[in-house]
Amino acid sequence: MVQNIIDVRNLSKSFDISFKEPGLKGTIQHFLNRQTKSLKVIKEISFAIKEGEIVGFLGANGAGKTTILKMLCGLIYPSEGSILVAGHLPFRRKENFLKNITLIMGQKQQLIWDLPPIESFYLNASIYDLDKFEAKKRIKKLSEMLEIDDELFIPVRKLSLGQRMKSELLAALIHEPNILFLDEPTLGLDINAQRNLRKFLQKYNKETNATICLTSHYMKDITSLCKRVICVHEGAISYDGKLNQLLKRLSPVKEILIVCRSEKDATKLESSGFTIKNRINNEITIKIENSSITSSLKTILNNFDIEDLFINEPPVDEIIGKVLIKKDYEI
Amino acid sequence: MKSNLINHKIITLLKVQYSNMLEYRVEIALWAISGIIPFFMLNIWTNNNLNESIDISDVMLSRYFLCAFFVRQFSVVWVVFSFEEDSLMGKVSPYLIQPLNPFFRYFAQHLAEQITRFPFAIIIAFFFFIFNPESIWIPNLGILFLSIVSTFLSFLIQFLIQSIVACLCFWTERASSIERLLFIPTLFLSGLLAPVVSFPAYVKTWIYLTPFPYLIDFPANLLSGNATNISGGLSMQILWIFLLFPLFKKIWSEGTKKYTAMGS
Repeated sequence: MVQNIIDVRNLSKSFDISFKEPGLKGTIQHFLNRQTKSLKVIKEISFAIKEGEIVGFLGANGAGKTTILKMLCGLIYPSEGSILVAGHLPFRRKENFLKNITLIMGQKQQLIWDLPPIESFYLNASIYDLDKFEAKKRIKKLSEMLEIDDELFIPVRKLSLGQRMKSELLAALIHEPNILFLDEPTLGLDINAQRNLRKFLQKYNKETNATICLTSHYMKDITSLCKRVICVHEGAISYDGKLNQLLKRLSPVKEILIVCRSEKDATKLESSGFTIKNRINNEITIKIENSSITSSLKTILNNFDIEDLFINEPPVDEIIGKVLIKKDYEI
Repeated sequence: MKSNLINHKIITLLKVQYSNMLEYRVEIALWAISGIIPFFMLNIWTNNNLNESIDISDVMLSRYFLCAFFVRQFSVVWVVFSFEEDSLMGKVSPYLIQPLNPFFRYFAQHLAEQITRFPFAIIIAFFFFIFNPESIWIPNLGILFLSIVSTFLSFLIQFLIQSIVACLCFWTERASSIERLLFIPTLFLSGLLAPVVSFPAYVKTWIYLTPFPYLIDFPANLLSGNATNISGGLSMQILWIFLLFPLFKKIWSEGTKKYTAMGS
């Protein structure tokens, strides 16, 4: 049985935020008597993640996804509740724990700006106690996987965003961590760079059985990498489960565009009891429930003279968008 | 085995930071030149015959200020500004989840910068001797060694003081403003503007209880050959390091609990 590598129970996080009224009066008040308020940004969440799983954290801006990742990797201290990651309390930042994880934040870089990335790679390798031979081997392997062999010796400031992001990934993975926390890793990348990065993460997961926790506003990242998603709404978990189940639940009906050979067939189909969305000449769009799609299509193909047929999947962005503004999508 | 790994880490850190510092060689030359306050002070002292009141000859005074310049060159610390910027920009976050305290990076940066600074400091000293040939002297090897040790200890004290202030970034975002408060006593009590011996006796007693005279005055006096209590000065430097280090560790450990990872 696969073990839980991340176990979170009743986790909460509060921040003290200061408030300022606009205008001069507000500025003076803010200076003399600063008003602060404790804001609970994560509210008693619980979940567990198994070794090798890729889990997507979804949520609107400010929902708390990044704060969760920061607590999981030990960057910030939780206010309440417990977190266990690979058997460690993350905020203690023990060496054995830190050697097992990595955190990648889109646009935030750890590479030394004025030097070629190879210098940062060797530095990271020594920080993680890798000898030069092992470091060389891993740099070669990862640079081939990421296709950045040529950029290793060019100063970071001269690299494109995509090349920099790949170099960041290499720097963050040189110690071959088991758990990857990725916060918007494809932010700002072009379509090809995004696709390559996703391919790389899939390959890395397959080869090393690494656990990946990912946040992204690009649905393609989520749909191509994550089987499971955790939706966060105002600091609480609104859904935790399989992505395809969520999609089925939120979009129980598929639209099918049927092109009939003649208008006569179209009229016959129109009056056969299916839910019709619209009809233009001999083209009819009908709505069919996911559960009865196979039997309905069989009936249509057997009884009507059909020239062509298109099944339209509703856009994932639209469906997920619904989740982000709702409180509860328990299945 | 463990010590080999630590050495490997330190050497790699130094090598990488040195390569990085060489990218800024022009800036470092300018920083070295900007550290010539002691020479201005020497000018003020000798032109106004102020040294007569403290019974130091012109030659010894010029050696003192040259040594003050040298000690300052190799003990200057700016970690609070680097840490504050990195903290506000969210750059500290990736460092915090690496198995190496981020202050090691800043420490290596400072050492690398000192190595880069060295030739520029020598050039400035060369010009100083051209204009003040009577000040030329060669300290004996023992004194030179103790002066290097003392300058390094001075650097450690300043690094620890600034690191403690830098950790206040976890509570207040602008810790550098607190550092500015510290800059005033550092400037006046460290011996950068005047040898501490020139202060009134009752003030001196108090000054010697603070870490400030051990930052420049003590190592500069030691190197220049002025009368100084060598074992007392070195002991006080070590004592301050032993006092400041646990304080830094405590503030660091409490501060990281407060860290909000803003900007990232």
